[in-house]
Amino acid sequence: MMATLESMHPVFSRNEVFEFLKPEVPPSLDLDRGVILYLEGISVSFDGFKAINDLNLYIDDGELRCIIGPNGAGKTTMMDIITGKTTPDTGSAWFGQNINLLKLDEPEIAAAGIGRKFQKPTVFENHTTYENLELAMAGNKGIMATLGAKLSSEQQDRIAEALMLIGLVEQAKIQAGALSHGQKQWLEIGMLLMQNPKLVLIDEPVAGMTHQEMDRTAELLHNLAGEHSVVVVEHDMDFIRSIAQKVTVLHQGSVLAEGNMDDIQNNQKVIEVYLGG
Amino acid sequence: MSIIKSLYRDKVGMVMLTLLTLMAVIIPACNQVFPEGHTFHISTFTMTLLGKYLCYALLALSVDLVWGYLGILSLGHGAFFGLGGYAMGMYLMRQIGDRGVYGNPLLPDFMVFLNWQELPWFWHGFNWFAFAMLMVMLAPAALAFIFGWFAFKSRVTGVYLSIITQAMTYALLLAFFRNEMGFGGNNGLTDFKDILGFSLQNDATKAGLFMASAIALILGYISCRYITQSKLGRVCTAIRDQESRVRFLGYRVEHAKLFIFTFSAVLAGIAGALYVPQVGIINPTEFSPLNSIEIVIWVAVGGRATLYGAVAGALVVNYAKSYLTAAFPDAWLFGLGALFILVTLFLPQGISGGITALFKKKEAR
Repeated sequence: MMATLESMHPVFSRNEVFEFLKPEVPPSLDLDRGVILYLEGISVSFDGFKAINDLNLYIDDGELRCIIGPNGAGKTTMMDIITGKTTPDTGSAWFGQNINLLKLDEPEIAAAGIGRKFQKPTVFENHTTYENLELAMAGNKGIMATLGAKLSSEQQDRIAEALMLIGLVEQAKIQAGALSHGQKQWLEIGMLLMQNPKLVLIDEPVAGMTHQEMDRTAELLHNLAGEHSVVVVEHDMDFIRSIAQKVTVLHQGSVLAEGNMDDIQNNQKVIEVYLGG
Repeated sequence: MSIIKSLYRDKVGMVMLTLLTLMAVIIPACNQVFPEGHTFHISTFTMTLLGKYLCYALLALSVDLVWGYLGILSLGHGAFFGLGGYAMGMYLMRQIGDRGVYGNPLLPDFMVFLNWQELPWFWHGFNWFAFAMLMVMLAPAALAFIFGWFAFKSRVTGVYLSIITQAMTYALLLAFFRNEMGFGGNNGLTDFKDILGFSLQNDATKAGLFMASAIALILGYISCRYITQSKLGRVCTAIRDQESRVRFLGYRVEHAKLFIFTFSAVLAGIAGALYVPQVGIINPTEFSPLNSIEIVIWVAVGGRATLYGAVAGALVVNYAKSYLTAAFPDAWLFGLGALFILVTLFLPQGISGGITALFKKKEAR
């Protein structure tokens, strides 16, 4: 009798919290090995077309990586997989040592610390620059918390800081729809910063920019790297040369070559499929 | 405190709230204090008519919250209005007691007529006012929550969502037409006698109901304004403009939609509950898709995403409707049609949009 009771004890113990009652806390990011993103053996096909074919890619913590490749090489699909928009048919995607990206959906991945900037600048055009940054700010994004949210002075400072960095202090109260193309791109990078992500994915940041704007963008991205890991997808070779430390070339859904800009430019395979063309 | 702050920025809203407050006091007073025939007397008919418009205005407000601010074009808000109305109607039916045609102390007339022996389970509790009021809010909220849960989780948006909201209210229309449902079928619920012990035939009761409608509209407006001025309101408009972008920022879009949609359904339910004792009947036609589409027209005429526009639109269109049916009984539909066409052509932002544009022009000079 006593033995039965004893054996029941752990079940009825007052400090026992059953597994299913524990709130699901995403594990904090583990960067022991210095690698922030692992994509291994990933394949996706859409209606028989292999958009990504056995892709292996590793991004180091604090790195600024450029990814190039011809149209249809799978660059955007790769970003879709990392941010949870597309689920791959096979393969694994890990954020740090311990976060399995394939098990999370978009808001969870955003909360875990991956931010994304789209090809087309997608800012909220009916909100002011300031409000855009406010919406993007990291913090509790639950419904009730949002309903009663008030900006603390610390948060106001953070927004002011971001406005300085992206150079839009004077445009703070202007509706984002009225900004120029380049300013929208910077605003979106600022929004990424407010999310305080560990890994930033940026899709074609300088498309349609003037040379001055490009220089300014390169400067911004350099400021980002170090504290954040940055992955940039870009077509503009001059721009890549101005920022890249390491370049990955994608072709037909897998990695064709990887290395610094000089290596890549002298790589015979790359010249054939991309640079030479 | 933050509620007052959110109102302070809304100048037009302040003017409107003041007018509504004055209406809530003056109209019942004029009706009660001055005798018939006096210059300042307002007839009970006019007052009840205005009370009805106020309920419509609250309904339009609830549609503007989901359509104007969240981008969900609901063509089924009449369903929530109807459910709130039915919950109130059930309470009023139970108040009749043995004064019905058949004199049955327990069963409403239509049940006696159908040879039912006992009260269906879902009619229990409606003899208590508090329970009925709870149901006025809970029934629409439950429907909105369950509907929204499935629709928003599976990311149905745009036209498809509008169509299924339409299907939802149509399904309810068909269901409530059936006698077996236990809500009076085709005839609905009517022949109400009194509310909280006050006779519904009494002018003072009608004045009270008018006041309650005005107060409900005022409170509804303030709560909607509070939501739209909050950060959640900005998240909502962001969802309206760039839904997937909001998701990548880490907001749970479907939770926000579910919250606003359910809240809006509650407002519509309250509007329905205040509407029923003033018109004296609730029947399944309230669920007809046409009614729900009309609400959207009120909001469009008044101006989307302003809140006060929805109120103004509901009042203007319904007044025009009442006026035209009396003045041109043969041609009133043409008049109403002309109103819609003119507004779409010359005031694409609705009445409120036209007025703000006018003010901006003046400022620019």
